[in-house]
Amino acid sequence: MHPAKSVIFFTTASGAGYGLLFLLIAGDLLGLAPGGFWPAFTGYAVSYALITGGLLSSTFHLGHPERAWRALTQWRSSWLSREGVMAVLTFLPTGLYALHQLFFPERMPGITGVIGVIGAICCIVTVYCTAMIYASLKPVHAWSNRFVPAGYLLLSLMTGALVLNALFALFGPPSPVFLILALLSLIAALVWKISYWRFLDGTKSLSTPESATGLGEFGRVKLFEAPHTEANYLMKEMGFQIARKHAMKLRRITLTLAFVLPLLLTLLALFVGGSLAAAALILALLNAAIGIVTERWLFFAEARHTVGLYYGAAHA
Amino acid sequence: MTSLPKNPPKKKLGLVIDLDICVGCHACAVNCKEWNTGGHSAPLTDSDPYGADPTGVWFNRIHSFEVENDQTGGRTVHFPKSCLHCDDAPCVTVCPTGASYKREEDGIVLVNADHCIGCKLCSWACPYGAREYDEDAGVMKKCTLCVDKIYNPNLPEESRVPACVSTCPVGARSFGDLGDPESDVSRLVAKRGGYDLMPEQDCKPTNKYLPPRPKRTGAEGGSAAARLTPVADSSAGVLARWVDKFLSA
Repeated sequence: MHPAKSVIFFTTASGAGYGLLFLLIAGDLLGLAPGGFWPAFTGYAVSYALITGGLLSSTFHLGHPERAWRALTQWRSSWLSREGVMAVLTFLPTGLYALHQLFFPERMPGITGVIGVIGAICCIVTVYCTAMIYASLKPVHAWSNRFVPAGYLLLSLMTGALVLNALFALFGPPSPVFLILALLSLIAALVWKISYWRFLDGTKSLSTPESATGLGEFGRVKLFEAPHTEANYLMKEMGFQIARKHAMKLRRITLTLAFVLPLLLTLLALFVGGSLAAAALILALLNAAIGIVTERWLFFAEARHTVGLYYGAAHA
Repeated sequence: MTSLPKNPPKKKLGLVIDLDICVGCHACAVNCKEWNTGGHSAPLTDSDPYGADPTGVWFNRIHSFEVENDQTGGRTVHFPKSCLHCDDAPCVTVCPTGASYKREEDGIVLVNADHCIGCKLCSWACPYGAREYDEDAGVMKKCTLCVDKIYNPNLPEESRVPACVSTCPVGARSFGDLGDPESDVSRLVAKRGGYDLMPEQDCKPTNKYLPPRPKRTGAEGGSAAARLTPVADSSAGVLARWVDKFLSA
């Protein structure tokens, strides 16, 4: 599948934004977040910037961005529509909670807690909807499996925790609870990513050139002649292929930058204090940002679509 | 509404494509382009049509496949492919705007170009690659089953079939109601063992393909190689034997 820059930025940025927003609210509800106005204010500002930036970027690849509002209408059947509706809805409870926490911290009525819980759940549901846009596409075997929703949720939590730790380190000593949470989510995401790749390398779509043409009973089916000499929309959009040696190299880059280095740097921050810890956490975030963009690029580039079977692919 | 019709269409208009007959001449694709560039989804934009890298919107494309078999030898099968107007069309349900829809009255899957935002998700959801994005118009386009031709009262009755069907020089394409088991197309499918493409994708396509007939072997005057052996033998006339001798020298 063609890895569109706008969609890579959307899924990674808004994923981190929702993870951060979830952790800010959950942290405050459980009394784990550091006190004070500025850490919380910066946290909410960054999370909304990431979410809004991601959502806006996702409209850049549309043929008609001015009609994007129509995408909120078909939530009964479409995961993309559900994602849009949830993204808009999530602003409401999370925004209310953030305003309360920032400006009326001493006068938080009981209902605020309920709004906070609803907001935190909305963050999870929105990320789940994003993942289901891909996981619901049966023709793409690499996406249509249970690894994908789990991965989107884990990576959202992981990147959110890395942003949170880097931000809070600017204001004071890092909170051990969030450092440990980041470590746990990094380990879980690393295990998930390795399992996903092992799954991907050992599996093939049910569809074959034989089932695509229905000619299997006569023998092995190979493309003899393409319908035309030049590439068409389908081949450019769905037929994107990446050389296997590059894929392996990019997988190693992903593992190192997205998981292993942030893991070591966060571990370092747990044991040292002061500005060294802050520097380690910021470095962890920068590494993870490049790593996660590579991860998402591969998520698209390594995925094969059944339409390739009509254009000479041996499997999908 | 992008949900599929509440009452599954009883009438299911679609195509039956005979892979035994198709000669791969691409006439159906050309006439499709010709009709539809002035029809419901007009224009079917081409970019750089006379340049080095021409590309454009086509609703119908003709692939050619080689089928290898160690026992029976290989064969070439020409394979036209356009939208299959599926019963469970995933391109319809994934559409976030309601632009992609399936008609309750005849099962035709269409795009409302005024509502399409050009997100391309329907083209990802279709396992067959039936959707074609128009870069120029910023909307998705697809085979309309010539909805503007098959119901057109200004055309003579016999012309009210999709452009690909009316133009096929060898009669490899049939059009009709596949929801009616008594229709000509349904009978043809039953008689010839018509099948669905990629049934494992669970889209329940309406269009059906008829398999190539088995290769003829030996009978009916023998194989091509046998027919090419010299005809003259001892029972032939004097002149024929003399010619044979002369030519064999």
